[in-house]
Amino acid sequence: MRLGLVIDLDVCVGCHACAVSCKEWNASGSIGPLSDYQPFGAEPSGVWFNRIRHFEMGEYPHNKTINFPMSCMHCEDADCVTVCPTGASYKRAEDGVVLIDQDKCMGCNYCSWACPYGARELDRATGTMKKCTLCIDRIYDENLPVEERQPACVLTCPAHARMFGDFDDPDSAVSRTVRERGGYALMPELNYNPTNRYLPPRRKPEIPVAPRPRGGLKESLRQFANRLVRR
Amino acid sequence: MHPALSVIFFTVASGAGFGLFSLLFVADFFALGGGFSRAHLLAGGFMALMLIILGLVSSTLHLANPKNAWRAFSRFRTSWLSREGVFAVAFMPLAVGYLACIGFEAPAVLRHTFGFLSAALAWITVFSTGMIYACLKTIRQWNTPLVPANYLAFGYASGSLLLLLGAVIAGLDATPYIALAGLIVAIAAVLKAIYYFWIRSPGLTPTVNTATGLTRAGVKLLDAGHTHGTFLTEEFGYRLARRRASVIKVLLFVVGFALPALMLAVVLRGSGAEAAAAVAAFAGLAGAVMERWLFFAEARHVVNLYHGAQRC
Repeated sequence: MRLGLVIDLDVCVGCHACAVSCKEWNASGSIGPLSDYQPFGAEPSGVWFNRIRHFEMGEYPHNKTINFPMSCMHCEDADCVTVCPTGASYKRAEDGVVLIDQDKCMGCNYCSWACPYGARELDRATGTMKKCTLCIDRIYDENLPVEERQPACVLTCPAHARMFGDFDDPDSAVSRTVRERGGYALMPELNYNPTNRYLPPRRKPEIPVAPRPRGGLKESLRQFANRLVRR
Repeated sequence: MHPALSVIFFTVASGAGFGLFSLLFVADFFALGGGFSRAHLLAGGFMALMLIILGLVSSTLHLANPKNAWRAFSRFRTSWLSREGVFAVAFMPLAVGYLACIGFEAPAVLRHTFGFLSAALAWITVFSTGMIYACLKTIRQWNTPLVPANYLAFGYASGSLLLLLGAVIAGLDATPYIALAGLIVAIAAVLKAIYYFWIRSPGLTPTVNTATGLTRAGVKLLDAGHTHGTFLTEEFGYRLARRRASVIKVLLFVVGFALPALMLAVVLRGSGAEAAAAVAAFAGLAGAVMERWLFFAEARHVVNLYHGAQRC
């Protein structure tokens, strides 16, 4: 098994609900707490496993805002695991989930240096590194209904922009979606072989934009002169 | 990258200590300049060990959870950080054995075997320190073989200048020590110049397009999604103005290389040799601190692509 997430950039509305839901679940989960520093102060900061950035692609009028949620990619070749000197970071053989043993971590930050995706954050209160667990304490919990055995971020997403599943199974919903929509990995050139996939925004028809109104005789003369000079 | 003072002090001090110890063995083996007396060898070896131990202790200061530091020896097979710790600890009994052979007048074979093994382990340890940084694919300024080469060159350059100071104080013929220090400092200067030349051009590196996978058009960050700084911006967001970096580089070459070279010439002439050798040693160490600070401050981690950088 190779468990991971698919994130649909065409659908994500950038509401940060996945991040909030992640924080809510994991603050009291197996890796919690997720400490906050000055949560109501002038410089609020803290530990998050899931962060949403907002990018703009292209130039007006052919531009689009892309909301970009990022969490641990649960890489196949996870350098964060191999560089860890204490053995606190490990990748589970049975499902490929990358985890940190909080009892072994010495807080040297080295794994966060090795991660290109910014998935790992040091908790200053506990002195240990923390990261997305793929809600390891949800997805195998047999006390939960089967449909709720999914990461908190996936369950909460109001736009259904997130999917969870097994990438080793070619017939799983995530594998089929990635095939059909051309799902891709981030920074493939670094050869970390991330598991998580992103679905590209669909191409939309161009919206015609009215030409700019003319600026009268002076502007016409200026444009005429410009054309002459360019020739 | 955020330049952490504890790591800068650690790499400079332990590098100089390892360099001094292995060059002390070379000086002892070839009896350079008439050879150090036993008391002087012991004093020099003790100083080198103190530098190494102070460095290693300071390296634990940047840990957020130092009570688990003992576990850092366990992933010897994959982690350069773990290897460095293991080699540094393996070096200690050999180095103490070498000093004990000197102190108790053991047979020369035993003394030289211990000396050679500890010098070799010193080399391997400094190489491992460099590889901690060089093995990271996420920072192009570090992911080059020049990094371990630079770490070795700076460690041995500051070690050779300290050794020269020792030779002058011990009243030996300083000429071979001047030649040794001159050669190593020159090699360090050349390697550092190549390194600075090399990291100037970015080459094939990740861009904001490959980081987001949006390659069909230009991409720019609108909002990083957090109100204040995060762990990522604190750890990786350090920015150094290019002009300021250039000023520090000039200063580094003046203080770290030109000044020691000038002082070597003064020592060669003979008058005021002790003061000149002391200035050379401290200038070498100051240069190494500047170099190490710049090494961190100039490094740009690819996670900055998610915080507004267009390429790293």
